[in-house]
Amino acid sequence: MLVGVLALMIGVLTFAALFVDMAVQGLGRLSWEFFTNFPSRRPAQAGILSAWVGSTLVMLTTAFFAVPLGVAAGIYLEEYAAKNWVTDVIEINITNLAGVPSIVYGLLALGLFVYQFGLGQSILAAGLTLALLILPVVIVATREAIRSIPQGIREGAYALGATQWQVCKDHVIPYSMPGILTGVIIGMARAIGETAPIITIGALTFIAFLPPAPLKSGPPFVSFEWLFSPFTVMPIQMFNWTSRPEAAFHQNAAAAGFVLVLMTLAMNGLAIWLRYRLRKRIKW
Amino acid sequence: MVDTVPAGRPKAEVKNLSFYYGDFNALKNISMPVHEKRVTALIGPSGCGKSTFLRSFNRMHDLYAGNRYEGEIRMFPDDVNVLAPTVDPIEVRMRISMVFQKPNPFPKSIYENAAYGLRVRGENRRVALNDKVEEALRNAALWDEVKDRLEEPAFNLSGGQQQRLCIARALATDPEILLFDEPTSALDPIATASIEELIHDLKTKLTIVIVTHNMQQAARVSDFTAYMYLGELIEYGVTDEIFIKPKKKQTEDYITGRFG
Repeated sequence: MLVGVLALMIGVLTFAALFVDMAVQGLGRLSWEFFTNFPSRRPAQAGILSAWVGSTLVMLTTAFFAVPLGVAAGIYLEEYAAKNWVTDVIEINITNLAGVPSIVYGLLALGLFVYQFGLGQSILAAGLTLALLILPVVIVATREAIRSIPQGIREGAYALGATQWQVCKDHVIPYSMPGILTGVIIGMARAIGETAPIITIGALTFIAFLPPAPLKSGPPFVSFEWLFSPFTVMPIQMFNWTSRPEAAFHQNAAAAGFVLVLMTLAMNGLAIWLRYRLRKRIKW
Repeated sequence: MVDTVPAGRPKAEVKNLSFYYGDFNALKNISMPVHEKRVTALIGPSGCGKSTFLRSFNRMHDLYAGNRYEGEIRMFPDDVNVLAPTVDPIEVRMRISMVFQKPNPFPKSIYENAAYGLRVRGENRRVALNDKVEEALRNAALWDEVKDRLEEPAFNLSGGQQQRLCIARALATDPEILLFDEPTSALDPIATASIEELIHDLKTKLTIVIVTHNMQQAARVSDFTAYMYLGELIEYGVTDEIFIKPKKKQTEDYITGRFG
């Protein structure tokens, strides 16, 4: 009991110390301009505009690919797949995928997305890479959520003459939504801090422009050019600043790190809140 | 005695039904009729196959791999074998509905629970749904208790109300046969009484098959009783006869509580 509390305290205190240290160093730099300025040679004018916009766009792309794919895979494995050696192999594979170091995903993405598919060092390539990275998390969360639905609910629906697809769309998917959402957000919170695979595919570290806007004034009003734009993300911006010799840049790095940790915490908080809210409506 | 319970036309005829969970032979060569607009009770000790038998009627076993039927359950008036592989289990479940042991309302509103069977059939017109939902809830003796809170989640209801909602849900689609799998085993005596009363009223409209391991309940609600043991049908007959002068010693021992 005491050992447990001690072990827990080590974890909590380490995080607190890191966070406080970063806050003390970086808080002085946090201002509106810090969010609206591009990186600059002059540390006092440098900001994280391109980094947070890049992070946001990459996250959107990641979610766009990882969520439908992961949820569909989870539903297939739980509700449709026959229980045989093929599904066993898939299952082992997914578990292993969750443990693959992220740099390996980076190498795969460099070979596959950047060169083979010719996507270049783009937001699309980064989004796809991170989507692969969090896919196991989404699949596992989906399966856990589906498994928690009592069989009696399914049988009740089948007994009314529902088809397998109707059972899925009317019951399995809606009732597992809280769990799936939580899994997705936790996966995204992991992805937003990933640096290695993004560096591997060659994200720029100094970037003083924004990707093309997704909305246009003329028809067809939406544009997907931004998907193919070069970009940077928060952790890479931090990495860049910490590798500079000037101490003032280290302050910037601390400030950016502070923002990044807050973003991660906010996402985890959102996951918990959503789960709490949605679970209240679902009982059996 | 027989005169007080006219047999009526047969609604279904079970012919040489056997059932296997993989290699395990759970039902052995069962043959018996199910009379229209009568209540047939299946009784027997735990593990005798009465629930397995009940779940064969609406092909629930098709949901799980490795299950196999032999023999027939012919349903009338069209004389179709509901167990035939060529017959779609969904078609069967459209005609034969089921109420389960533990109330299993969907985590949706009371209204959506009652309307689900209709939605499955593609009915989305609000007026038609409203009418059917009200009718089903009235038939399940639940309307007066829930008419002002149809949009509330079903799990706000008490256990007995939840079970009546499950009955309403099954009734909304006008099934020909309604299967009850120990519908009161999770309920208190008052809720049980209301469900039994409901079963009594419902048999004017449809055919009912009920599994129970409460002997008094079988005696109270059913017109015909089948006593099963280890997957075999030991005795089938008019309920009063089964309970007052069973033909077989085994049945008598079970009913008088000497065994089971």
